[in-house]
Amino acid sequence: MADLDWVLALKNKFSDTVEEAPSGCLVLPGEDIFRAVNFLKREYGFDYLMNLAAVDYKDRLAVVYNLYSFKLKEKANLKVILPRDNPAIESITEIYAAANWQEREAFDLMGINFTGHPDLRRILLPDDYTGHPLRKDYTKEGFLPMPAV
Amino acid sequence: MALINKLPIITEKIPGGQIILSSVDFILNWSKESSLWPMSFGLACCAIEMMAAGAARYDMDRFGAGVFRASPRQCDLMIVAGTVNEKMSKRLRLLYDQMPEPKYVMAMGSCAISGGPYYYDSYNVVKGVDLIVPVDVHIPGCPPRPEALLFGLMQLQKKIKKESIKNG
Repeated sequence: MADLDWVLALKNKFSDTVEEAPSGCLVLPGEDIFRAVNFLKREYGFDYLMNLAAVDYKDRLAVVYNLYSFKLKEKANLKVILPRDNPAIESITEIYAAANWQEREAFDLMGINFTGHPDLRRILLPDDYTGHPLRKDYTKEGFLPMPAV
Repeated sequence: MALINKLPIITEKIPGGQIILSSVDFILNWSKESSLWPMSFGLACCAIEMMAAGAARYDMDRFGAGVFRASPRQCDLMIVAGTVNEKMSKRLRLLYDQMPEPKYVMAMGSCAISGGPYYYDSYNVVKGVDLIVPVDVHIPGCPPRPEALLFGLMQLQKKIKKESIKNG
């Protein structure tokens, strides 16, 4: 993975980019993600946003972007680490229209704020729901954790 | 003559006449239990079993309950077949309220009975549909086989037989 053209170009352009072994995930700082995704799409034909996911590592959160290039037949996994308190990141809906609902889902279930999103509201849960249930520390009245076996 | 043979003992056949006497309870209950029109209300995988029960192999129509209606206004029976989450629970209650009396509810499968596999670690599943609407028959299983659904239907018919207009 490390010697691929687009990986080298990305590392060259964004010097903070780190490769995370063994998944081959490229970790970027949050302020670079919009430009990095745009760069990959325009220069290397990563024209397909396969998935946009959020992860809770208990001490920090992460947003993962899975891109695919039909031209190169390669996948790019980009990751951004975010703080637990008030996580915010730039929206990529201007680059991929498909990111609209994916970002709404990450906002709904994980509470990540995508700045610049045109319509950031809950997508799955009821509009009057409070909290973000896929956070590891989530709890509410009547919520029963799985008992230890 | 089949109906006449089924009538209770108080029935009298008037000689030579076209009139039969029976109890109002019997006739009402008999007609109610024999035309339980269910609502098409599949929410999850239990709906697949419900469809199988309605189709040719199991043929729920044998019990008068095969006429799945698309509108709650034409239904007597709501088969809650699947997981009910909180967003759906308001709609479920609304549909129940829209059904005309007499109306019955069957909770089909573990999810509708208690939340089933979503009992723990679940933020949005209702832990039993009996928290929202009154349930007449619970059918356990995950999902219950069509035979179980038919058995539940027969239990409901037995229950309806015991109703009386005296008690309201």
